[in-house]
Amino acid sequence: MTRRALRLRIDPVACDGYGYCAELLPELVELDEWGYPIVSDPVVPTALEALARRCATACPRNAVLLEAPAPPLPAGRPGAR
Amino acid sequence: MATDALLRRPLRVARLLSVEVPAAPIGLAEHLERHGPLRVAPRRAGAEQLALLDEIGRSGLTGRGGGGFPTAAKLTMIRQAGGARLLIVNATEGEPASAKDKTLLTYAPHLVLDGAEVVAGLIGATRALVALDERDAPRRAALRVALGERAARHGVRVEIGAVAVPPGYVHGEESALSNFVLTGVALPFFRPDKSKPLQRRRQRTLVQNAETLAHVALIARHGAAWFATAGDKGASGSTLVTLSGSLAHPGVFEVALGHPLGDVVGLGAPTEALQAVLVGGYGGSWVGPGALGAPYSKAGLGPHGAAPGAGVLLALGERHCGIAESARLAAYLARQGAGQCGPCVFGLPALAEDLGRLARGDADAGTLERLERRLATIAGRGGCGHPDGAVRMVKSALSVFCEDVARHRAGQPCPWASAPSLLAPAALEGPGGGR
Repeated sequence: MTRRALRLRIDPVACDGYGYCAELLPELVELDEWGYPIVSDPVVPTALEALARRCATACPRNAVLLEAPAPPLPAGRPGAR
Repeated sequence: MATDALLRRPLRVARLLSVEVPAAPIGLAEHLERHGPLRVAPRRAGAEQLALLDEIGRSGLTGRGGGGFPTAAKLTMIRQAGGARLLIVNATEGEPASAKDKTLLTYAPHLVLDGAEVVAGLIGATRALVALDERDAPRRAALRVALGERAARHGVRVEIGAVAVPPGYVHGEESALSNFVLTGVALPFFRPDKSKPLQRRRQRTLVQNAETLAHVALIARHGAAWFATAGDKGASGSTLVTLSGSLAHPGVFEVALGHPLGDVVGLGAPTEALQAVLVGGYGGSWVGPGALGAPYSKAGLGPHGAAPGAGVLLALGERHCGIAESARLAAYLARQGAGQCGPCVFGLPALAEDLGRLARGDADAGTLERLERRLATIAGRGGCGHPDGAVRMVKSALSVFCEDVARHRAGQPCPWASAPSLLAPAALEGPGGGR
């Protein structure tokens, strides 16, 4: 039985580009040219879980979200504009 | 792929709108004569509701607001979450090149309102609000008349009202719309899991596009099998499209899904040879002449990187510059963002600026490289799909107009780069072609 890995996501509406996340967790987060975080792979390796939690706590905008994976979506995008 | 059986069936259909321009909006008496009475299942009639939901599922109806998500799946999702008190009928139609929902509400408001009553019943909503652009006085008036007729005829089955939404491209995005209705703030909010229903301030809402509801009204009357007598396998039914651009007869047309894209655009009578078509909306995709034979459906356009979206088709004649038009589109989308997310706030103006430079023929050595790099990093990083739409459009422009890109980049913009834009919204409302 494999444990469901923690996933790290950014709430882009809340994020103001403080950049603490990339500072604390460069393994998972890099910054774009305007200073906003890019998370290429949201899966947090077990070894980085503690750092990821610290990263979520440190964000002044509470924009770092840690979550368990969601069940798969049906085909299509629900409610675009 | 379009099958022979499909191609023997007519391209134009008259389910939601008549083919000829109606002299006046269809009033309740004429509406009932045309379509027959609507049986609205009582809210607690579980078996009847499940049967109707199943019918909508088997019809293959997908959302006509842009997402193309299966309607029955969306309804099931919200029912499983416990339903919603409020249904929002999305008729804001902020897409500048789209006029189908306005046309539908003007000429056939009762179909939309029937659909709203049916769906409200399915999700346990006691109230529905028709969301209109606050400047849209004609639709507000049409809605008032239609609601008055219904109250006089059969009393109020579901309380339906209107809500005036401030104008703006992203205000019709479903999270922005439900946010505005519940909190007064017309801004999208971030939903980490889109398989969960919209919820704000502990209130669930369901947002459905006006045209989608009109189709539901007909499926509730005639069933799934009837719905599928138009369209093709996997792309059943009819859909409204708004044709504009290099056309003699722009306007709103109702077509069966699955016919070749070129035939659909042909309804607008192109005035010159077409070099490309913008499919879906301003945040849609350009496709070249090679796609004109592709079936107009999600599956048919998919291989060309496009999707029907909200039914917008903008025909670009050969005497226009695709890059200049795309630069204008990008600048528009950059201005119309909600201003919340960094990648959108900074990324879209940056894309628009470089594309504008390319259009004018004063690109520098790094322009294309910057564009490519930014296109790769901006997508998927907004709270809503707005930046993704802009990226999709710009990417498709660089690929479809690649020969022009090479010339423009070399400092030789095409003679059409400074020609008047096709994007200026012409008078598009009203069923097209029947003149």
